[in-house]
Amino acid sequence: MTETTYRIRGATGDWEVVIGLEVHAQVVSKAKLFSGAATAFGAEPNTQVSLVDAAMPGMLPVPNRECIRQAVRTGLAINAQINKWSRFDRKNYFYADLPQGYQISQLYHPLVGEGSLLIEADEKAGIPADKEIGIERIHVEQDAGKLMHDQHPTRSYVDLNRSGVALMEIVSRPDMRSPAEAGAYLRKLRAILRYVGSCDGNMEEGSMRADVNVSVRKPGDEFGTRTETKNVNSVRFVMQAIEYEAQRQVDVIEGGGRIVQETRLFNPDTGTTRSMRSKEDAHDYRYFPDPDLLPLELEDSFIEDCLHSLPELPDAKRKRYVEVLGLSDYNARVLTAEAETARWFEALLAEGARIQKKSEGEVAKASANWLLSELYGALNRIGKTLEDSPVSPERGAELLALVADGTISGSIAKQVFEIMLESEDSPAKIVEDKGLKQTTDTGAIEAVVAKILADNADKVEQYKGGKEALFGFFVGQTMKAMQGKANPGIVNELLKKALG
Amino acid sequence: MMTDLTNLTVAQIRDGFRAGDFSAREVAEAFNANVAAAKALNAFIVETPEHALAAADQADKDRAAGALKPLSGVPIGMKDLFCTDGVQTTAASHMLEGFTPTYESTVSQKLWDAGAGMLGKLNLDQFAMGSSNETSYFGNVVSPWRRNDGSNAALAPGGSSGGSSAAIAARLCPAATGTDTGGSIRQPAAFTGISGIKPTYGRCSRWGIIAFASSLDQAGPMAQDVRDCAILLENMAGYDPKDSTSLARPVPAWEAGLSSDLKGKKIGVPKEYRVEGLDADVARVWDDGIAWLKDAGAEIVEVSLPHSKYALPAYYIIAPAEASSNLARYDGVRYGLRDLPDGANLQDMYAATRAAGFGPEVKRRIIIGTYVLSAGFYDAYYTQAQKVRTLIAQDFAKAFEACDVILAPTAPSAAFALGENVDDPLKMYLNDVFAVPASLAGLPAMSVPGGLSKDGLPLGLQIIGPAFDEQSVLNTGLALEERAGFTARPDKWW
Repeated sequence: MTETTYRIRGATGDWEVVIGLEVHAQVVSKAKLFSGAATAFGAEPNTQVSLVDAAMPGMLPVPNRECIRQAVRTGLAINAQINKWSRFDRKNYFYADLPQGYQISQLYHPLVGEGSLLIEADEKAGIPADKEIGIERIHVEQDAGKLMHDQHPTRSYVDLNRSGVALMEIVSRPDMRSPAEAGAYLRKLRAILRYVGSCDGNMEEGSMRADVNVSVRKPGDEFGTRTETKNVNSVRFVMQAIEYEAQRQVDVIEGGGRIVQETRLFNPDTGTTRSMRSKEDAHDYRYFPDPDLLPLELEDSFIEDCLHSLPELPDAKRKRYVEVLGLSDYNARVLTAEAETARWFEALLAEGARIQKKSEGEVAKASANWLLSELYGALNRIGKTLEDSPVSPERGAELLALVADGTISGSIAKQVFEIMLESEDSPAKIVEDKGLKQTTDTGAIEAVVAKILADNADKVEQYKGGKEALFGFFVGQTMKAMQGKANPGIVNELLKKALG
Repeated sequence: MMTDLTNLTVAQIRDGFRAGDFSAREVAEAFNANVAAAKALNAFIVETPEHALAAADQADKDRAAGALKPLSGVPIGMKDLFCTDGVQTTAASHMLEGFTPTYESTVSQKLWDAGAGMLGKLNLDQFAMGSSNETSYFGNVVSPWRRNDGSNAALAPGGSSGGSSAAIAARLCPAATGTDTGGSIRQPAAFTGISGIKPTYGRCSRWGIIAFASSLDQAGPMAQDVRDCAILLENMAGYDPKDSTSLARPVPAWEAGLSSDLKGKKIGVPKEYRVEGLDADVARVWDDGIAWLKDAGAEIVEVSLPHSKYALPAYYIIAPAEASSNLARYDGVRYGLRDLPDGANLQDMYAATRAAGFGPEVKRRIIIGTYVLSAGFYDAYYTQAQKVRTLIAQDFAKAFEACDVILAPTAPSAAFALGENVDDPLKMYLNDVFAVPASLAGLPAMSVPGGLSKDGLPLGLQIIGPAFDEQSVLNTGLALEERAGFTARPDKWW
């Protein structure tokens, strides 16, 4: 396997960076991990809090089956071992956003064990080859509430809406060696979570955040001492934090210092990290099995059901797009990178195949090209995403069908598409209303061809003298004269005939 | 001529009310009057005569409509560890003084649904931590019993369910709820000459009961006799989806299943419980119990519970460990006491609130629990204690291959005087020595009165059964009750 060549250039030589990520992903579920309270983002403070979430006296947690199901599905999606016997532990510490005085988590026996995820080669980003990143475990745990310090000059307020919301903590092996690899890992993990539907991956809303473990070493040496930068909430910030932290560590070591194992905070405004607390004053969390909860025992049928509920995942989909649909590697990768893109593409494909009465393979290339160039171009221009695209997959398929059956040419299709962005009308209706239908009337085209050749007698001479590149000029002139509506095949044929 | 309604058992009240011998209101008024006249016992933290009357009036209506419920006409006392909707619930702590839940514990709700009324919230050791009721923030309960030596020393009613035991012994209520973590139903029952059963762990939902040690806490009834315990327990037990540790099993008809005929039954007598220096009265009553059960047709076999001596140390690691975490929620942020000194930050508020809110015994256990869970000590204490717990459960499992139930003393002595053990926590903890093994193993266990000490104080006999077999425990208790003929009552001095 070709390894990355990413290195920090220090005064004493090159340093290799070792990165592990702990990703906290909020589980998609209507209710919290141990209570029936709702989980919607953005609700008024303290409106989604049950007696359990507020840790009222005598309240007890009851595991939410859906949260467990989502974590198991996620584990299956990264080919991980599912532990049929797992257990919840209490992590004890005091903070005002933690009503119970402990977080229910899984330290000793996590729900999901060893798995892995593939990041793809990306020469431009400095990832020379596909690389497998190990995932040590996934466990489920409760989120804490939120402190609000900006509501009152001398007091802090607590919002418990998030208190008790289910999180998956997805812990990678220290297998990444560059910011780019870490970025690729995060993007791929996010894509898988979104495919599976177990986390919406929305980093801005905090439903996915990463603790970044970084150490440096001379290539080939033992691992160095690591620091952990907490709660970084975008792919870009994670990469920035790694770059900064690796450089800082090299500077410290080369300056004769030692790296201390500590927790750090990332400042997105400056792109730097700073010490939050060192190991010496780290909490003693006094983990012990939660006596309010029985061990979690999964039946084979439950795991089977989880497995069968999984959609086709990005790696498999990408392979199928290349091997079955005949798409290019690049197109397959772009189309499968996000679940939404693949979903949109497959809807376009299915509708195209249906109305053209062809196989999906036969319509795949044109569909992919149109989506990636025409549609993406337009969406970029108008600042929209696929999800709020003004053109639906069905309408897109209708447009492509009009091209495929010769009703309109490719260039007319572009015009029709521009109108579709603004209009509710079907492409067929737009073509009809604007009279954009392609003409296959040989007589009409012959007349135009004759006129073009007559008007450009000098160029005809040059063509006949061997300047064959001028053929395109005649095609262009003819199409222009016919406002693009002439069938290009017929134009070609008639021109060739006329030019002898 | 009207009998004194407050001398009746739950079964007698239920049946007499059904038969039309008296109204539910008459019963409630009689007990309300006894409660009001017994302030000297300090058995109640809050009295709720209006609750008892409202339930009684409803019962009278239901009787007229022919819609009687299992506990129609029966008022009871509720240990103040059960959250009661709209009625202050304190766990006898300053921390929760003035705290009024907006929800009702599953067990109390079941009792109200069965037609029972509430006479009040009963005093207890703070957060159920104690064996004498002396850790209550609201002052200790005083036992209605007195020694026969004329000393008039105020005696402990046992703990932690000491309000419950004293109130029943003094006929302030015919029955009450208790909770038992390491003997908190059985030991006070023994100290006051009444009966009480801790069912199998998981029989009664813990939802809405203020937690002490989650893996041990279990609710159960306390009453004058075995039948009443069966009646109450039937109306307290049952699967509750809100408690993950609740047993998903049907509730047997324990009252209907009562039988004191023990022919063919084997009674185990654990040799390790006959410790050197065992109190002579306790040993005598235990021997009486053995003789009575023989008389009831049972065969007596010696059994061994070899790890019993490790039970108490293991218990005093596991229970405080869980408590240290369970009580972390009392932080002054959301409810209960908040002590916010001038210029205090969050840490200061925690420290001040918890220093003021918790009593010394609660603090002691939080500190012990925090210590045994700390990095570097966890394996030596907590892990080791869990292993002991497993061994103790295995001891019982093995013993029950040779016998149907086990007979043992409930407590190593009769009630001690208030103040006697208060400065010696170890001596206080030793009170639970016979009670905690069954708690650690999650087994049903009950205490019934066995006789009097030479000082004229009640002594209890403990019956421990296999998991889920409350019926055998109750039946053995009934056989003992019939033969013990325990009719002693404290002289009314309050």
